[in-house]
Amino acid sequence: MCDCNKDNKCNSRRNFLLTGLVAGAAMAGCSSESPFTPGSDQQVIPSGEKVKLLSVDGEIIEVDKAFLKPVPDLPQISNAEQRKGIAGKSFVMVIDLSRCKNLKKCQSACNHMHHIHPGQNWIKVHPMHDAEHTAPYWQPTTCMHCDEPPCVKVCPVDATFKRQDGIVSIDSDRCIGCRFCMAACPYSTRVFNWEKPDLPEDIEQQHYSCETSMPQKKGTVGKCDFCPDMVRKGELPHCVSACPNGVFFFGDMNEDSVSNGAETFRFSDLVRDKSGYRLMEDLGTKPRVYYLPPVNRNFKFEDGLKNEGEIKYNS
Amino acid sequence: MENLHQLTAEKITRDLYPQKFGKRGMIWTATLAVICLIGAFAYYRQLKNGLVVTNMGDYVSWGIYISNFVFFVAISLVGSLVTAIFRLGNVTWSTPLTRIAEIIAVSAILFASLIIIVDMGRPERLLNLFSHGRLQSPIVWDVVVISTYLLISILLLYLPLLPDLKIMNQQKDTNPKWANKIYTFLGSFWKGNKEQKKINKKAVILLSITIIPVAFCIHTVTSWLFATTYRPGWDSTNFGAYFVSGAFLVGSGAVVVAMYMFRRFYKLEKYITESHFDHMGKALVLLALLYLYFNVNEYLVPAFKMKKPEEAHLSNLFAGEFAPMFWFAILVGMIIPILIVINRKGRKPLPMFIAGIMVVIGAWFKRYLIVTPTLLHPFLPMHDAPEKFKHYFPSWEEWAIAMGSLAGALLIITLFVRIFPIIPIHETIEENEIK
Repeated sequence: MCDCNKDNKCNSRRNFLLTGLVAGAAMAGCSSESPFTPGSDQQVIPSGEKVKLLSVDGEIIEVDKAFLKPVPDLPQISNAEQRKGIAGKSFVMVIDLSRCKNLKKCQSACNHMHHIHPGQNWIKVHPMHDAEHTAPYWQPTTCMHCDEPPCVKVCPVDATFKRQDGIVSIDSDRCIGCRFCMAACPYSTRVFNWEKPDLPEDIEQQHYSCETSMPQKKGTVGKCDFCPDMVRKGELPHCVSACPNGVFFFGDMNEDSVSNGAETFRFSDLVRDKSGYRLMEDLGTKPRVYYLPPVNRNFKFEDGLKNEGEIKYNS
Repeated sequence: MENLHQLTAEKITRDLYPQKFGKRGMIWTATLAVICLIGAFAYYRQLKNGLVVTNMGDYVSWGIYISNFVFFVAISLVGSLVTAIFRLGNVTWSTPLTRIAEIIAVSAILFASLIIIVDMGRPERLLNLFSHGRLQSPIVWDVVVISTYLLISILLLYLPLLPDLKIMNQQKDTNPKWANKIYTFLGSFWKGNKEQKKINKKAVILLSITIIPVAFCIHTVTSWLFATTYRPGWDSTNFGAYFVSGAFLVGSGAVVVAMYMFRRFYKLEKYITESHFDHMGKALVLLALLYLYFNVNEYLVPAFKMKKPEEAHLSNLFAGEFAPMFWFAILVGMIIPILIVINRKGRKPLPMFIAGIMVVIGAWFKRYLIVTPTLLHPFLPMHDAPEKFKHYFPSWEEWAIAMGSLAGALLIITLFVRIFPIIPIHETIEENEIK
């Protein structure tokens, strides 16, 4: 019953019914009881409402709704599956710098959804000022999910790895906390859990998932994961949907489309027409995050200043 | 050992036999033990609370532990220099120094391994390195070469000790009981017959040859932990040679310091003579000049270009926050010792001792300068991170653990000298008879 929550609604219902039936049939094979007979410790009162199901041999049967158990919304994808990634996908992000005014909604959504330690951020919004006579601009940075990831090269235990869908992910159950990846990452994207993360109990009880990157664990490294758990649900990463200005576009290079929720573009057109670029191209890391230059801006740079404390221009 | 030929074997044995700690020895040992215990307590706190007890942060993610690790690896290289390179180069005067160098190597590399475990966020997952190890990571290379080096160093300490253990085992009545147990355990099989001697000699020669590439590996690979990253200040093709040369320098400095201390406190003037200091002094000057040369390469060439990412780092070293430490390391760690030791008068024991101390202290700060300032100058500026992550000064726990590890290394050397002769008795007698 593991796949039910990653597809769309219609599919998930179908999967649910079928897998439920397979399990039921298996049970029926080893006991004479009906597969829908509740266990002796359970008192199920038939609700009278019937649900039609398709049995494995193609017959339509009717079952009382009360006998159906809801499947909990847990990512039950195995670690091996999480390490492989989603087949046929090649995730990319496009960040349109002309739309960013440092609202930091991306950051707060990310921090909230991943329960990141207060003060630390997976998404940073840098005030950039490249050269003396050029205009400053706001530059959000996520993990670049490089195709030649320096962090993955140096990891001694395969705790950070590259998936087939392009995502660079972390296995916090394996990380030994040597922090070589942090030294190796030129984008300074990685943060470390210097102390025991302060997590709600239900999160802390969960098994670690490389797709939700939760729960974060003491003495291990964390970073932006491109939210593959959201993608499996058919939704956009938290930062993308949280940004009211549509700065972030997320999508699949194989489909050649990226979307910020409201608008969808052909990725190759967008990057070509707007002269997209990647950060520190000269290092050869081949990031999967593309930037559109801050031209024809929607906002003045100064608009973003109110979300900053003391500002130090960076270049 | 010009004035040794009137000495008898009995006299040599008596002179070089391990001695009980005097009052000063007891105070010294107790002090070291106390520092170790404080370090152990600090580590207990770190285990309990996590690396949050350190002042490291997401930018300076490697601090004093790593620089201390590099220092230990560096100092351990001297074992290969004195026992192997000198031996293969037919240097005869180094006999009384071999064991000093080798015990420094063993204890340093032992504490290098410990301090790197201390730096880990999840030390209990150490075995992941073996169960999930990935060969392309320089850390795995380091694990392989360091454990190899440790093993060879222990053997190079142990094998030449065997003839001496026979001497110790012959004097069971005068030895303390606990010491006899150690001598019997380690050396009772050694009869000293022709065949055993032959095997032993062959093994030592083989190990001496093997240890040279392994020694170069341990420090080159350690330098690659930095040089395989993109960061300004680490992204350097010079790093391997720069590290190895610096390592030989600091190791020699440590041997000189140890020579002086042992000579003084164990009254070994007849065995560690002024001529030994003279020889070591010449080696020290050569090595310091060599290290200086690599330093010029390391800093002058990028400073000539002043590429933008390098600029912040270099100006910080030359004239910024780290300038006092940087010039201290250059002057005290290299230039002043060269000036002292380059004179014949400077190669007397006391000035040599002072130069040795300067080299070792300068080298410790040098390693700190290699690790920390670079991390304070990332490509993308430090932003949207806690304010405390933008600076680094070690916390008391970090100091306690680092100092505890240094004290621990000294303690191992001290205890070793209490149990075993620090100058090979058997070899000294043999060489004396030949003369």
